[in-house]
Amino acid sequence: MAIKITTPVPNDTIASLKAGDAVLINGIIVTARDMAHKYLVENFVKTRNEAEAAVLEKLEGYLRNGIIYHCGPIVRKEGDEWRFVSAGPTTSIREEIYEADVMELFDLAGVIGKGGMGPRTLEGCRKNTSVYFHAIGGAGALIARNVKRVVEVIKPEFGTPEAFWVIEVADFPCLVTMDSHGNSLHDAVAAESKKRFEELLKG
Amino acid sequence: MQFSVEQAAFEVVKRAATVLPPDVVRALRDARDREEEGSNARMAFDAILENVKIAAEHSVPICQDTGWPTFFVQHPAGWSLRRMRREIEAAVARAAGEAILRPNAVDSVSGKNSGNCVGIGIPTIYFSEVDGPGFRIDLLLKGGGSENVSGQFSLPDRTLEAGRDLDGVFKVVLKAVFDAQGKGCGPAVVGVGIGGDRAHSLSLAKKQLLRPIDDVNPDPRLAELEERIKKAANELGIGPMGFGGKNTVLAVKAGYAHRHPASFFVSVAYFCWASRRASAVFDAEGNYRVTQ
Repeated sequence: MAIKITTPVPNDTIASLKAGDAVLINGIIVTARDMAHKYLVENFVKTRNEAEAAVLEKLEGYLRNGIIYHCGPIVRKEGDEWRFVSAGPTTSIREEIYEADVMELFDLAGVIGKGGMGPRTLEGCRKNTSVYFHAIGGAGALIARNVKRVVEVIKPEFGTPEAFWVIEVADFPCLVTMDSHGNSLHDAVAAESKKRFEELLKG
Repeated sequence: MQFSVEQAAFEVVKRAATVLPPDVVRALRDARDREEEGSNARMAFDAILENVKIAAEHSVPICQDTGWPTFFVQHPAGWSLRRMRREIEAAVARAAGEAILRPNAVDSVSGKNSGNCVGIGIPTIYFSEVDGPGFRIDLLLKGGGSENVSGQFSLPDRTLEAGRDLDGVFKVVLKAVFDAQGKGCGPAVVGVGIGGDRAHSLSLAKKQLLRPIDDVNPDPRLAELEERIKKAANELGIGPMGFGGKNTVLAVKAGYAHRHPASFFVSVAYFCWASRRASAVFDAEGNYRVTQ
């Protein structure tokens, strides 16, 4: 049975999640991918850019104990409202150099993406009590149905795929693949497949 | 007479982005049935199949990354390539405007998105002239995640003890699948290009992805290689999304070209489970049908 969680997610709930758990995510989440991560780290982690302080304040309102979604959606404007048309996860490992800092910046409950992340992020998960949620890559049409509402778009000048889309989701299905206790399903699968790969090479 | 291809190109884009070819759907269903009940792998396949159904029913893109549009155009002698290119670019821009394609053209120097999926070198179009009145457009929509785990090897490869023969090809392709883990949205259709110069080798690998999943390579040596790689890759246990499981690749498709005596390139085009392709086939009067 999948575990239901709702943002903002308290630390003890996050700490109870284990790699391999299926979850359904509810509430407000925010999309962020390459440009957004670079922007966050360059303006609010490495330095404090006062000119952008209003953006940080707005994001903090959504992301304190919240969830970032690695996604560059296809959107359509219907009247005054944006609608998500297709919105699966993008490859997370590109954010490996930024994610642990971003987790700390917002005290994130977690990030949603695909493909898993590396040791820096796994350590970030441990340090900040965060988890990595794996969505189903390519399932853009299905996941768009879990998006109930676009609340707002921040930094639209980054372009559709790269902007921060603040969205409300209902029962967004994910698998916890990296937990806050140092466990990574990706490491386990990589280690097991490495053994088999070496055997297969020998023939 | 050269007829306009814009409408056909648009319909091909729309079909490829929203409807998965029937052979790919069959392969995904079979793969699902091979996974254990209650496993993460089966859960992933169930979501994938549900997604494919929703996308087709509602005519929305299967995946939000609608990829890098790559067209293969066969045309009769005497046709203007510039005109066809303009028409195909117009079709792509229209699809982007209608939220069928995501704007995937980013200026590599300024970082600015062109906004309509058209830019320098995008869409990619390979033209080839054919005899008679034959005309067809084949399209691949392959996403960035799967392109990023694609690559090229140069044989011999000492670390893998891969020599300059088909056994060496087997080893490096298996390495590519292993290295991809779950990052390319497997289970994959793996295109393999053997030989050529570096550039031709890569395009040859990608061109293999136009082949239906269940076809058999007419060259028995390559047919055997394809089966061998597929069987071994599925023993890696990486599974859909890298969740672990019995299905890491759906198919392997290999083609070859001659090579320089000093070079032996092997290219791997890793296509995600959403192996999107569609074609428009024209008759001599310019009527066409869209097929997959």
